[in-house]
Amino acid sequence: MRPERAPAGGDPPVTGAAEGPSPGRAPAVRAGGAEVRFADRVLWSGVDLAIEPGTFTAILGPNGVGKSTFLKVVLGLQRLSAGWVEVLGAPAGRERHRIGYVPQRKSFDQSLRLRGVDVVRLGFDGRRWGVPVPGTRSRHARTTVAEAVALVGATGFAGRPVGDLSGGEQQRLVVAQALVRGPDLLLLDEPLDNLDLANQGAVARLVQRICRERGVTVMMVAHDVNPILPYLDQVVYLAAGHAVAGTPSEVITTETLSGLYGAPVEVLRASDGRLVVVGAPEPPALHSDRHAR
Amino acid sequence: MNSLRELFGYPFMVNALQAGTIVAVVSASMGWFMVLRRQTFAGHTLSIVGFPGAAGAILLGISPAFGYFGFCAVAALLIGAADPRAGTTTYRQESALIGTVQAMALASGFLFVSLYHGNLNGLTGLLFGSFLGITRGQVLTLLAVGAGALVGLAIIARPLLFASVDPEVAAAAGLPVRALSLGFLLLLAVAVAETAQITGALLVFALLVLPPATAQTITGRPAFGLGLSVTLAMVVTWAGLVAAYYTPYPTGAFITTFSFAAYALARGTRWLAERSRSTRPVIASEVPG
Repeated sequence: MRPERAPAGGDPPVTGAAEGPSPGRAPAVRAGGAEVRFADRVLWSGVDLAIEPGTFTAILGPNGVGKSTFLKVVLGLQRLSAGWVEVLGAPAGRERHRIGYVPQRKSFDQSLRLRGVDVVRLGFDGRRWGVPVPGTRSRHARTTVAEAVALVGATGFAGRPVGDLSGGEQQRLVVAQALVRGPDLLLLDEPLDNLDLANQGAVARLVQRICRERGVTVMMVAHDVNPILPYLDQVVYLAAGHAVAGTPSEVITTETLSGLYGAPVEVLRASDGRLVVVGAPEPPALHSDRHAR
Repeated sequence: MNSLRELFGYPFMVNALQAGTIVAVVSASMGWFMVLRRQTFAGHTLSIVGFPGAAGAILLGISPAFGYFGFCAVAALLIGAADPRAGTTTYRQESALIGTVQAMALASGFLFVSLYHGNLNGLTGLLFGSFLGITRGQVLTLLAVGAGALVGLAIIARPLLFASVDPEVAAAAGLPVRALSLGFLLLLAVAVAETAQITGALLVFALLVLPPATAQTITGRPAFGLGLSVTLAMVVTWAGLVAAYYTPYPTGAFITTFSFAAYALARGTRWLAERSRSTRPVIASEVPG
């Protein structure tokens, strides 16, 4: 167990105690000594962090290190085997209705004949039992959905079946679906995956705009930090079963990452400002959170 | 006009039209979700297991209704045990499992029929139904079971749609994705078991898949698509019954042929529309609404 934390600076206040929610600007997500174990295998352990409300945080790290599992812990879908986690001032899972979630996905089934607006609408009232009755509530739902669609810039294509849309268009719609109820916390699992460079930049800027304008706390899992690097307030770097949290300039350094990996790693900065991590050891093939259930 | 009035003068024809309408509404609604969920194969199997169920019940000397409901429910539970939407299995495993259930169902159905040395007329009835011999009591039973299944479907409709389109997000939102899936299969089993007793195993499947598939080819709007699916099913059923009345050919063949014609027309129109769209520059994008 190495409860690591990058050297202070603009770091969030260290919350030593695990007691109940503190009023005012309590961190959106807090964790202490968090550990996830599958059977006899520890995925990660000793994770301490505090994520301030309204900030944009990236969860980084090599494939299979347990980044998606981290989001599932925050959602309350995955239990911790040790430690604690508090989400929006309550134990994980309690405030689920205040969280918007975009899971990792390839794309919608191409033959799916359902319009984009219908997919967004599911995020608004898809969990209600019974059929919608035409009336005030139904009109309210339509305007709310139209607002979310406009917010992500999808008005032009949201009336078409999702299966016909491109990856970037689909990604905007699922972000709108996650936002339509006005969540306080937005969790995105590799939303830039399978997008071309132009769309990666556009979706990254969109997420940052939502974070700033709406004050939504954003946690985004990414395997490449570069498309979102200019917008990040904080990163959580998972590797070798442990985590480091801090600002990007604190964490993505040769010293910090070498300490985290327990092996010499070099962080290079390309002439265009992009960061490249060289020499990071691949995790054992066994360490794949995607197959662990 | 005169002959149409004559047609409504026969009680057996009125019963057939009423039963056909109920069957059309229930099948087209259930089928819309079935097609959206890519569970056509499961629906086909559920339609077919009524046959060994009924044959087995006749062999044991009990009411065929028990056989229909019992076998359909057991098949629904078996199929629901391996649901790729809940993330525990893959679609490949699901279709293989459904295939084994269907093969076994058909085999045992034929075994039951041959063990029961009664008249083999029953076999045609089990598979193709007897639309024109429906009693008043059957219509009322059909109405009760059909209404029950539709109310159940209406209650779970939105969460079911959510879980069908986006199972992961639905689960993260706290919806019981697995229970919804199993609940839908059981509703489908009940509706199919009741319907198959009248229409036969094969026609119920035609009404389950063809009108919804046609509607989903035409529109991506859920409410409009459901309505279109139900309307199509009712129109083809009425047309089939009337056509069969004036000709010596079976009702089911007409209903299925008309449904298929509508489906082929919809697919063909869409294919032409897509082809002309891809060869011409886009003038106006579709307006959402």
